[in-house]
Amino acid sequence: MNAIVTVLGQDRVGIIAAVCNRLANYNVNILDISQTILQGAFTMVMAVDVSKSTASFGELKEGLNGLGAEMGLSIRIQREEIFNAMHSI
Amino acid sequence: MLNQKEILSTIEMIDQQHLDIRTITMGISLLSCCDPAPKRACEKVYEKICRCAERLVKTGQDIEDEFGIPIVNKRISVTPMALVAGASETEDYVPFALALDRAAQSCGVNFIGGYSALVQKGMTKADERLIRSIPEALARTELVCSSVNVGSTRAGINMDAVALMGRTVRETADRTADRDGLGCAKLVVFCNAVEDNPFMAGAFHGAGEAEKVINVGVSGPGVVYHALQAVKGQPLDVAAETIKKTAFRVTRMGQLVAQEASRRLDTPFGIVDLSLAPTPAVGDSVARILEELGLEVCGTHGTTAALAMLNDAVKKGGVMASSSVGGLSGAFIPVSEDEGMIAAARSGTLCIDKLEAMTCVCSVGLDMIAIPGDTPAETIAAIIADEAAIGMVNNKTTAVRILPAPGKDVGGTIEMGGLLGSAPVMPVHRESSAAFINRGGRIPAPLHSLRN
Repeated sequence: MNAIVTVLGQDRVGIIAAVCNRLANYNVNILDISQTILQGAFTMVMAVDVSKSTASFGELKEGLNGLGAEMGLSIRIQREEIFNAMHSI
Repeated sequence: MLNQKEILSTIEMIDQQHLDIRTITMGISLLSCCDPAPKRACEKVYEKICRCAERLVKTGQDIEDEFGIPIVNKRISVTPMALVAGASETEDYVPFALALDRAAQSCGVNFIGGYSALVQKGMTKADERLIRSIPEALARTELVCSSVNVGSTRAGINMDAVALMGRTVRETADRTADRDGLGCAKLVVFCNAVEDNPFMAGAFHGAGEAEKVINVGVSGPGVVYHALQAVKGQPLDVAAETIKKTAFRVTRMGQLVAQEASRRLDTPFGIVDLSLAPTPAVGDSVARILEELGLEVCGTHGTTAALAMLNDAVKKGGVMASSSVGGLSGAFIPVSEDEGMIAAARSGTLCIDKLEAMTCVCSVGLDMIAIPGDTPAETIAAIIADEAAIGMVNNKTTAVRILPAPGKDVGGTIEMGGLLGSAPVMPVHRESSAAFINRGGRIPAPLHSLRN
């Protein structure tokens, strides 16, 4: 099952490292990363494969939310289907 | 393949434009709960609802977590209770409402609809008992919603039922006077009621429906409002196209959630209701969409035309996005639940007569409108009759959910809290309609040729 991780917030050193590290701890494989600075805000979108994750989806979500709170960022994970539904026929 | 822009636009819709799923509603048939012994029938009602819907709230929360889309309400609709209670040898139907309330509390849903009767052509003894019990039922329960269908295009309008509902609304307000007449926020009078509506307070599970079913109502006035800001000043056909595209996206999400909920709950998927349902939150208002289209204040001249365009575009966009569309499907204009409508009513621009005109071109009707506490029952009945006539003649669903404000007059406000919001008391005509209402009888079904 694929999911989309989005990270939004103020740019600083080590955001990508921290997020990737956390995902690796859960055994979540990163399929694609796209990162940019959008109107001054750090914006990263990752496609990830959570099928071999050691944590449930709920735990993953909590873990990433927690990391976001620590770093002053908004980090969320959502199943890919919602984006496909809204943007493709 | 998804691109970053699309992903971020979805997140912006959820975060800043109030995009959400308004409700997942499980419809449950209670026809199997009929029993001559009323106590036994109430037990069966409670048991069946709890058995069918025990995982509804948890499943809704799981979907919310995994897809990252808020699902605001989880609700239950049941077979019109007059059909179930009619089989029991009792004249007191309030215990059935209490059983519904207990079941809703046990399942953790925030409303249960279906304390209802369908009397468009005539009233059975059971229908009449149920209607007469509504004020007490709504005063003694917290989560039960009630609806009565008094007319249809095929049957005409049952004016005896209309008169009775005028008195019922009055009495319901009086019985809940300590809570600003809150009972009336849970009581809807319909013409052409639909059997698969997921929205409260008018939801019930029609007799033509399956054993149980999942219906979903979407929302998204904030998203439409935001999309329209990108086409400021452009012709209305451009605005209509923009609304269509937005409605398509919003509905696709509703369809996804409906299918997922249906699969997880092992319950057939019924319909997605395409309604644009506002909330009292700033930025989630249908009135503000109409104002964005170029009206200074919602309710001024041009409002009906703008609303007609909005309502039609929402349907056109949504209908292709879902495999099965139903319910009420259109723009809602509940005054107390829409920040822009509240402001327009306060300013005096939006009046009941204009709202009545607006209901000719959108779903559903005169909704969540506070009127002076001393409004006579006959005047309330006449308001219901006017609205039912619009539904009957135009072959559409109309409804009245009107809130007599106990002890208050024009200039006052009633507060209901949460999604129900607050409503400024609006003036009604003081001239009497009593002689018209007291005639009773029926308004015959209209002719459907020679249309003008």
